[in-house]
Amino acid sequence: MSLTFKELSRQIGVEAEQILAMIDEGILEPATGSHMTTWRFSADSACRAATAVRLQQDLRINLAGAALALELLDEISSLRDRVQALEQLLFKDWEG
Amino acid sequence: MKFKDYYKIMGVPEDASQEDIKRAYRKLARRYHPDVSKEADAEERFKEVNEAYEVLKDPEKRAAYDKLRGGWQPGEEFTPPPDWDTGFEFSGGGFTGVDATQFSDFFETLFGAASPFGGQRGRRGAHGFSVRGADRHAQILIDPEDSYRGTTRVITLEIPEYDDHGRLVRRSHKLKVRIPRGITQGQHIRLAGQGAPGMGGGSRGDLYLEVRFRPHPVYRIDGRDVYINLPITPWESALGAQIKVPTLGGWVDMKIPPGTQTGTRLRLKGRGLPGQPPGDQYVVVQIVTPEARTEEARRLYKRMAQELGYNPRREWEKVA
Repeated sequence: MSLTFKELSRQIGVEAEQILAMIDEGILEPATGSHMTTWRFSADSACRAATAVRLQQDLRINLAGAALALELLDEISSLRDRVQALEQLLFKDWEG
Repeated sequence: MKFKDYYKIMGVPEDASQEDIKRAYRKLARRYHPDVSKEADAEERFKEVNEAYEVLKDPEKRAAYDKLRGGWQPGEEFTPPPDWDTGFEFSGGGFTGVDATQFSDFFETLFGAASPFGGQRGRRGAHGFSVRGADRHAQILIDPEDSYRGTTRVITLEIPEYDDHGRLVRRSHKLKVRIPRGITQGQHIRLAGQGAPGMGGGSRGDLYLEVRFRPHPVYRIDGRDVYINLPITPWESALGAQIKVPTLGGWVDMKIPPGTQTGTRLRLKGRGLPGQPPGDQYVVVQIVTPEARTEEARRLYKRMAQELGYNPRREWEKVA
């Protein structure tokens, strides 16, 4: 279920400019729509934006720092999933 | 109410300078930030560290806390002495941006809004003031088949809520959730209006469900790709074979070329989870050797040893 620009802004408690800044930074991307008024954001985007806001507030980092942290966190989580899938594949029979 | 040792929580000595406390705080905040840390109690620790810092960074609160601290052990039942906050001047510095509603009763009693430290900080729920309810987060376990086809699931969530008398109760909450086709681990499903209730006429928050795959006896999922083990016999490995392999979309015929070894990865293009582009299914070959249980079987293996004269460890001769 997607969110409008206004819903997203209210949800994560930031002003419109901050959302535009997050789009510029590549943290957020509208899933559909070509203009602010028609943009729709995915649930994943909303979670990502909320995390970016928390990281900035709690760890005193700027938007670029939050974007970097998010990218690294994404990478860690996909590596974890991959390691888990491969471990199960390799060791399943030997663990009995 | 339990006594809290803020110095211990921050890992600094009692005579730590404001600079030391700030450094310790920043380090701990990074370490236990719930969005970053994988430690099970990260959220609890993060709150505790913020609470400790809220007191220790402010010279007035720190001095009041130091005066009180002697004689109490962490976790000990605590009641503040009636005159504990006298003899201090309050500049009304109040709070600095953190969400103090998350802090402990210990903090609330000593430094909360009702205390002299509360300053001009407005109380929640004041006249004409409405707040949207908080968003809630939970995980939902699904099977790879659910993502492959897309489906609807009914889930039950245990949600802590305050009842009309302000008591904390656990309410079980049944929800119908549509699982979109091709959803992958780590993606979120949003259920609008299923979060915490708002205050003063504010709307309800939303519920976010993070998707995780339940461990499956056959399929392992990595992004949109699906992995399975394919056990084959030594003769299928040596001679090649035509084998029926399960995929999320049904059985497919697969050709195993002669000489296929354990660990060989064969790809079934587009047979993974659906999407743009769809994932692939990888079939990882594993040669399974029958045990030599009978005299006949032992004879067969001995004959292979004699006639094939094969040494799989030839590489080792170079290093030894």
